Amino acid sequence: MSYQVNEKGYYGEFGGAFIPEMLYPNVKHLEQNYLKIIESESFQTEFVSLLKHYVGRPSPLYYSKRLSDKYGIRLYLKREDLNHTGSHKINNTIGQILMARHLGKKRIIAETGAGQHGVATATVCAREGLECIVFMGATDVARQMPNVEKMQMLGATVVPVQSGNKTLKDATNEAIRDWINHPDETHYIIGSVVGPHPYPDMVARFQSIISAEIKQQLLEQTGSPLPDSVIACVGGGSNAAGAFYHFLNEPNVKLIAVEADGKGLETGETAATMAAGRPGIIHGSLTLLMQTDDGQIVEPYSISAGLDYPGIGPLHSHLFKSQRALFIRATDDEALAAAFELTRMEGIIPALESAHALAALSKLSFKKDETVVINISGRGDKDMEAYRNHMKNIKNKEQENTQTKLSLNNEDVYTKGYTFPTDGTLVDFRKVTGLYIP
Amino acid sequence: MNRLQTLFQNKKNNILSVYFTAGFPKPETSVTIIRELEKQGVDMIEIGIPFSDPLADGPVIQHSSQIALKNGMSLSKLFKELENIRPEVKIPLLLMGYFNTVMQFGVETFCQKAAALGIDGVILPDLPLEVYEERYASMFDSYGIVPVFLVTPGTNEERIRKVDNLSKGFIYMVSSASTTGTKSGFHPKNIAYFQRVQSMRLKNPVLTGFGISNHETFTQACQFSQGAIVGSAFIKALQSNGTIQEAIAKFVASVR
Repeated sequence: MSYQVNEKGYYGEFGGAFIPEMLYPNVKHLEQNYLKIIESESFQTEFVSLLKHYVGRPSPLYYSKRLSDKYGIRLYLKREDLNHTGSHKINNTIGQILMARHLGKKRIIAETGAGQHGVATATVCAREGLECIVFMGATDVARQMPNVEKMQMLGATVVPVQSGNKTLKDATNEAIRDWINHPDETHYIIGSVVGPHPYPDMVARFQSIISAEIKQQLLEQTGSPLPDSVIACVGGGSNAAGAFYHFLNEPNVKLIAVEADGKGLETGETAATMAAGRPGIIHGSLTLLMQTDDGQIVEPYSISAGLDYPGIGPLHSHLFKSQRALFIRATDDEALAAAFELTRMEGIIPALESAHALAALSKLSFKKDETVVINISGRGDKDMEAYRNHMKNIKNKEQENTQTKLSLNNEDVYTKGYTFPTDGTLVDFRKVTGLYIP
Repeated sequence: MNRLQTLFQNKKNNILSVYFTAGFPKPETSVTIIRELEKQGVDMIEIGIPFSDPLADGPVIQHSSQIALKNGMSLSKLFKELENIRPEVKIPLLLMGYFNTVMQFGVETFCQKAAALGIDGVILPDLPLEVYEERYASMFDSYGIVPVFLVTPGTNEERIRKVDNLSKGFIYMVSSASTTGTKSGFHPKNIAYFQRVQSMRLKNPVLTGFGISNHETFTQACQFSQGAIVGSAFIKALQSNGTIQEAIAKFVASVR
């Protein structure tokens, strides 16, 4: 089984480039050149140097003693939260701004939800001296003012998007429309492993530095480059793609992706695409997608703006379908509890997105002393309002231990677990989810 | 020979095609709009299937799609409304929309249903040429549904030739690098592109779309192609005061 994109731009049955003809020349040009550019010596030298001296890589791999003791495992935290601009997003924007320069593009556009990718894009544009336009849903502009102000200070134009539901999905639509209207001079810096081929592969390659470093650091700290499990949150899926990348072909490494379940699947207010989605086309990619029976894309819900996306990168749809990765989900409340646990036990305030990955600790059973790596994709500064609200109730929460344990462990799921039809028919994952809902 | 081919054989110039979004401005207005457009002498109609995320459309068609979805429009509902459209309406009818809605309906069921109702062709801007060719061409052919592909100012000659070879009805020439209804009038750059396509002497007729909003742009487009397509401007006209019939009569007269 290959987990790399094939020559037509597909991961298994997912991916491709379902774009209007207006975008064809740009996307084709990128497709024909991106590998050549990325692999060139001049690109690599500059990319690696910027990651080191500008972003601050390698990011630490930190052994969390107290959480390890609590869960009976050996837990390492990959500290992407310590990167410049506060998340893994900068790995991709550094790569793409160099790509834009190699392609001769002078105008940069990007979409953003919570504003992390917008800030990371505005940052590299400032450094490169390029015009930067960030599309952001009007609803998100109102609720993420500090990031809007950062982008403006960095010299970017933030365009509040009034179409649709005025959130990330609509911001992405509007960025694509802008690209259609300004094809010659513009490069579109997509923020996740989504969109038409070659974007998912290009972004995954730029983020793959995360797992490359994990391997090296684990070797130094434990004597083996391979952990037993790697856990990451997924919205579009870029930090998970980066954290999984160099372990995809290591069958003994369990890959665990945590989706945002909002208020819970049964309420319908969820962003858990694997549970609530089926194959369809979003933003130029054939992938799993939350939609109505008529094929209208629905608005997801999560407390975390960075996971609030109705689709998922095609690589992840493939990892799900092929069962290479285990997909579980964490609700708003579970993520909040996990964020506070890390904060109080290790003095690290994670982003709400990363808190979903941490929630896996209390939802899964692990083998004693197994080595687990959790990717802390970003820091929690931007989420202080949600955390402040949560603190009001935290005392009550601490008194009653509401955390529930999964009765199956990963090995059960992997060995005795679900089987998917091989004829390509759809699985109603809601029926399967009983496996990990307590 | 289907209705599209008959049209292009009998009429070589000034072909007027009008796009509207099904379910807009009100529920169950599609048949009224189609009848009236035919009565006013429009040559061909593109019936838009509303989609939540219309990537290639500007604000006017985005808005009409949103209203249509609020009005409960869906592909199955549209097919139901069109059940008795033939033989009353004689001109070619096409469906235009985004591939996801068709995919969820089932591509083969879609072709079957469309063919049974007398739909002549389909325009799916985000279904790439290559995917169509590989997976769907024989299916569309077997139901006699004609696919229509777009060419744009950025499409190179080789690819235009490929489109020409795959096409069986006409080629949709997008006038400029833009979403629908966002640019009006033509720059000399657009004209040079129209002339370039014209000089290629393609096998299929060419209709110009995007940015055609009035008599002036329609006439101009017809100098370089067999006709033109009006969408956003017509959607705007449907929102004027008075009956749908009045709005359509007035609009078609103003473009012709």
